[in-house]
Amino acid sequence: MRSHARFWFSAAILMIVCLNAPAMAGDVIAVKGKRIHTVSGRIIENGVVVCVDGKIAAIGDSATVVIPEGAQVHEAEVVLPGLIDVRTCVGLSGLLNASQDSDQIEGSSPLQPELRAIDAYNGKDELVEYLRGYGVTTIHTGHAPGELISGQTLIAKTHGNTIEAALIVDGRAVCSTLAETAKKTGKASPGTRGKQVAMLRQLLIEASEYRTKLAKKPVGRETKLEGADAKPSGSEAKPERSDAKPEPQRNLKLEAMAAVLDGKKALLITADRAQDIANALRLADEFKISLWLDSAAEAHELIPEIKKAQVPILLHPTMARASGERENLTFRSAAILKENGIPFAIQGGYESYVPKARVILFEAAIAAAHGLSRDAAIEAITLSPAKILGIADRVGSIEVGKDADLALYDGDPLEYTTHCTGVVIDGRSYPGEPH
Amino acid sequence: MSPQSRRRFLRQSSLVLPALGLGMHRQSFADFATGETIAWKNARILTAKSAPIDQGTLVVQGASILAVGDVDAVEIPANAKVIDATGKWIMPGLVCTHSHIGGMGAADGSAPIQPGVRILDSLNVRNSGFKRALAGGLTTLNIMPGSGHLISGQTVYCKLRYAGKGPSTIDELLIRDADGAGLGGLKMANGTNSIGESPFPGSRGKSAFLVREQYIKAREYHAKVVAAKDDPDKLPPRDLHLEALVEAMQWKRIVHHHTHRHDDIITVLRLAQEFNLRVVLHHVSEGWKVAKEIAAAKVPCSVIVIDSPGGKLEARDMTFRNGRILDEAGVRVAFHTDDWITDSRVFTRSAALAVRAGMNRDRAIEGLTIAGAEMLGLENRIGSLTPGKDADFAILSGDPLSVYTRVLETWVEGQKAFDLSDPEDAIFAEGGTGAGSDLDPFLCCYAQPWQMGGKQ
Repeated sequence: MRSHARFWFSAAILMIVCLNAPAMAGDVIAVKGKRIHTVSGRIIENGVVVCVDGKIAAIGDSATVVIPEGAQVHEAEVVLPGLIDVRTCVGLSGLLNASQDSDQIEGSSPLQPELRAIDAYNGKDELVEYLRGYGVTTIHTGHAPGELISGQTLIAKTHGNTIEAALIVDGRAVCSTLAETAKKTGKASPGTRGKQVAMLRQLLIEASEYRTKLAKKPVGRETKLEGADAKPSGSEAKPERSDAKPEPQRNLKLEAMAAVLDGKKALLITADRAQDIANALRLADEFKISLWLDSAAEAHELIPEIKKAQVPILLHPTMARASGERENLTFRSAAILKENGIPFAIQGGYESYVPKARVILFEAAIAAAHGLSRDAAIEAITLSPAKILGIADRVGSIEVGKDADLALYDGDPLEYTTHCTGVVIDGRSYPGEPH
Repeated sequence: MSPQSRRRFLRQSSLVLPALGLGMHRQSFADFATGETIAWKNARILTAKSAPIDQGTLVVQGASILAVGDVDAVEIPANAKVIDATGKWIMPGLVCTHSHIGGMGAADGSAPIQPGVRILDSLNVRNSGFKRALAGGLTTLNIMPGSGHLISGQTVYCKLRYAGKGPSTIDELLIRDADGAGLGGLKMANGTNSIGESPFPGSRGKSAFLVREQYIKAREYHAKVVAAKDDPDKLPPRDLHLEALVEAMQWKRIVHHHTHRHDDIITVLRLAQEFNLRVVLHHVSEGWKVAKEIAAAKVPCSVIVIDSPGGKLEARDMTFRNGRILDEAGVRVAFHTDDWITDSRVFTRSAALAVRAGMNRDRAIEGLTIAGAEMLGLENRIGSLTPGKDADFAILSGDPLSVYTRVLETWVEGQKAFDLSDPEDAIFAEGGTGAGSDLDPFLCCYAQPWQMGGKQ
């Protein structure tokens, strides 16, 4: 009797596991599209994408590609690679915009590169699912603009029960802001632009010295720089108590900045005014760091300088409000950058009020209506962000071997009245937008 | 002049202004009656009153529409200048029932109820927001104070008369009644925006109480005025706040009511019934939850379309389907920009996203034009391409519900006020250095952490 019960219990558990398991070994999805934008290659008319074990296994004309028996088949007018938001705060900056779901900024200190996005990200915020409904499958999200250094970012898929399951890269960038919004009033620092840059330089110099100190240290203690290969847990011997002279204390703030100096993390600088963009370029040049210009509403005023610095731009949402420090932004920003060969991707960005999250599909569409070609607009929310973020080996285009991340539409994806009819992430299918 | 006396002077002079303003810049139709006659031929015309005309002619004489119809049916006057508009679309000038452009600011932080304050006295006619609105095909705006008060003041209905060298004063934009008085409504709000620290209400119950108390006072004030029968000895001292509320109860002012949550919407309907207010519900994020009740009350809705839900608790269930559900329930639906919340230059997008979520196309076009005109009580003058109405229209490169379509020209009362082919105008359509706005809106009194601004 007891073993009987145990059998049914096990069977029930097995069923639950099967129902909830993500598409793993054995799961096959085939997506037939009248128009498949591979983005990295040609547009395939009447094609099919076959996804096996969460990866793209085959792609080609429906006449030549064989759909495996038992595959779950989806059909769409247009198929795109899953969209990638190159800069958002979704998951940290929650739907309700209330204190209990707002973890995008921490005001206790202007310099907090040690704040990790992974400890703050809520993948179950409704906005994550909302964005996914329009085809967004990967987000580079993290701490918001508004402090001189507000914290770190991460890259994740827009599904998964935990951030660990969704994660592509932890700690991809450290976020900095050079703008009025990062200035303090009264006796608090930074109170001026000069002080902002001075504080950043000071911190980078301290991080450099910290790095030198660490490099001189004997190995064997848990003082590895973040981003360096970690030993498997448990294999490391516990540090012995010894009466040897004290080693430099671990400093999480400087560790994060040392990773920036090592090029293991990018320094993402939010700057809109040409003056602030110029400050960011000067800083990157001095410390030879990997700089990402964020928002950059006045990039069009500094085209030769940005080109020379070979800095990519996480471009402001096309429909960002043209006021305050963004008063000179233009709907043509993306077109101008494209014409000048500057690498860029269009972001959803951070919003403090409404819309609480912007949909990159909508932002790219407006860019396409203002001088950017439709193909370039699609590239600006797929392969281009993948390349900038350093994840193009996994996502950003429809190629054999890449993650099975797809967005399905019933017409021109950029058109106002088209619908996203379905989404595939890691070979698992999700519904598109509600309509 | 001491600061105090200067303030008093300013306050007094602003009270006197309406009298001075009367008739100063009256834009009489007669001025243009003998004006130029222009005919656009072969355009696809959305009249917003009848079925779209595939190949139509629009004839404008002076400031008014002379004729509109199928090319075969409309006779073009011999003296008319004829423009071939093949491939282009013509639609009525867009009407935005809820805009905050012009550097507006009415009621201040001193009290939650300030119906006597006029937004007119705060507007900067040189603000580039007006030009941007024209670039989006807008011709009429209801410019409103913010939602940080229960009653934040008197709104103003403006025509974007920016043709030629443009206006010098805001008075030149006013839409006036037969007596020359500028028209406008009354802005009210409920829900969290108008809740705050004392003297602002701390709860929804208190909010409704404060509003009811004031309307009851206004009723009593009016009764005294009527009883006095113009006898100066019996007349109560003039109270501008109460006067505005009396005007609302007499339907001389339409109440434009900010409201989001389903229960707040019902509260507005309850107050409107108690005090006989002619009310338009604005934003109405959860209107879809109480569509039947709104339809039964015969109250129209001016809907906002935002790219994602949230931003505050009461907007969490906002959806693109709102327009469709309300329309199908029999509620009259218009859209608004709430500019700067959404950008006037992409106003047609609001209707398009409603269509994306299933709203009838023609009704969505009405929501940008004639339905908005009705909600301002101006449907006899604007909102559709109908002979005799003001010649307010936009010429577009294609379907207004397509992202790729551009507004090529915007005409206001028979004069071209925006031309995309003119670089001086195009900068307001595209943006860039030099297109900046002069002033951001003054949005007073939000007590919540989501107060607009870079950070919390």
